Amino acid sequence: MAYSDKVIDHYSNPRNVGTLDKAKQSVGTGLVGAPECGDVMRLQIEVDENQVITDAKFKTFGCGSAIASSSLATEWLKGKTIDDALTIDNMDIVEELALPPVKIHCSVLAEDAIKSAINDYRVKNGMEAIELEKSHH
Amino acid sequence: MIKTPIYLDNNATTPLDPRVLEAMLPYFNEKFGNAASRNHPFGWAAEEGVDYAREQVAKLIGATDKEIIFTSGATESDNLAIKGVYEMYKEKGNHIITLTTEHKAVLDTCKHLEKLGAQVTYLDVEQDGLVDLNKLEAAFTDQTILVAIMYANNEIGVVQPIKEISAITHKHRALFFTDAVQAVGKIPVNVIEDGIDLLALSAHKMYGPKGVGALYVRRKNPRVKVTAQMDGGGHERGMRSGTLNVPGIVGLGKAAEICYNEMAEESKRLAALRDKLERNLTVLEESYVNGNVEHRIPHTANISFKYVEGEGLMMAMKDMAVSSGSACTSASLEPSYVLKSLGLSDDLAHSSIRFGLGRFTTEEEVDFAIENTIKAVNHLRELSPLWEMFKEGIDLDSIEWAEH
Repeated sequence: MAYSDKVIDHYSNPRNVGTLDKAKQSVGTGLVGAPECGDVMRLQIEVDENQVITDAKFKTFGCGSAIASSSLATEWLKGKTIDDALTIDNMDIVEELALPPVKIHCSVLAEDAIKSAINDYRVKNGMEAIELEKSHH
Repeated sequence: MIKTPIYLDNNATTPLDPRVLEAMLPYFNEKFGNAASRNHPFGWAAEEGVDYAREQVAKLIGATDKEIIFTSGATESDNLAIKGVYEMYKEKGNHIITLTTEHKAVLDTCKHLEKLGAQVTYLDVEQDGLVDLNKLEAAFTDQTILVAIMYANNEIGVVQPIKEISAITHKHRALFFTDAVQAVGKIPVNVIEDGIDLLALSAHKMYGPKGVGALYVRRKNPRVKVTAQMDGGGHERGMRSGTLNVPGIVGLGKAAEICYNEMAEESKRLAALRDKLERNLTVLEESYVNGNVEHRIPHTANISFKYVEGEGLMMAMKDMAVSSGSACTSASLEPSYVLKSLGLSDDLAHSSIRFGLGRFTTEEEVDFAIENTIKAVNHLRELSPLWEMFKEGIDLDSIEWAEH
């Protein structure tokens, strides 16, 4: 199966690879997936006092589509408020990267990672965790 | 300059040797006859080609020509051997012993027979991929009619103790069938010395064409019979009907002859290249060779690179054709069942790459593979949260991972 140009681009030149200090109050961390499933994503956001995401970083263990999905997610997150970020849907990622059906789970994982990072931030800062849709897998 | 992508997936299939192609060509047009046409020169020419090929194949495995049944490939040979023996001998018993690491063509055939009343024991292998002979011995019942154990494994290349297995099998008055697809033409295989009753081989794994293979069926001590699974004109001594694939068979014969003549040199050269590859890649931290490193075919290396995922890794090794134990593309997301049978954890199985060298692999290509693989592993570890956690000394098993 051939990968789309966009997947190859994100895979070869991943955006925003790295680590934020998860101990900081302003940082939310999402760690989703499992090594035995062949996919683990860690997505982190740094949020300012206006609830705008000023920085986003990721590291992913997984196939090219998983890496590309999380790389794309970090690009989309920057500059969004955490409420806006919640509207990112996995199907947007599928469309942007032209993921084939067997790779849709990669986009689902990226969406889970976004929500999980936002929730981590919310709980840290005294907000209620938002209800997550239960596993799509 | 080497030409990319380089091909290091010779366990999946091998390129056709040009000498094989040359031998085949006349049988597509000049000598196009039906080998079963006994009454004109067109038929005779085809039959002569087939007869010669039968001798070439027999010679490679120490058999006689009458013991070679041509088929469409190893999957058909596996089916014919296992189903054919079961059908022929089911009055004697209904028990079959095989391994969990067999090829799907063997496992799925056994599963099919289970539906028809067979009892099948799927033996686990040890951590190094080899069968424990005591466990094999203990698996026999008075109903055991067949042991089906592969010669060399397609994913990790380990070679089973065939002589010992056949001796135990015969002590219990059962037949021994081996799928020898990965071994024939690569290492010495001799049906007499090895005590093999039935053996499956395939042309395209030994630089021959696709779509042709053979089943060896022993004629003496004991005389083995299989019930045909394909009915028709009674070709191949009634065991496999269907007009013979003459060009393919001629190609298989030529491929067998070349292997017979060149195997000794070739296996030394490939083992040296394989060792070089392994030596240089296991310098990487947290990389492990899978399977027994002493008893194995010379051209296969299976290595796990911990904390990177195989499919992602293959994408980074874009100028190389290799194979991964990770099956992220399949709906199940299940990693290789062979690697899991060795007791590898799922994550390590996901992190494995099979390098299959072959006749046309050069040292320059191996050097390229080493450099390219190291670069790819390092790139992906930079991206891997698991690698970062490992480096920070976090025990990954202590984390509660979400099920998905």
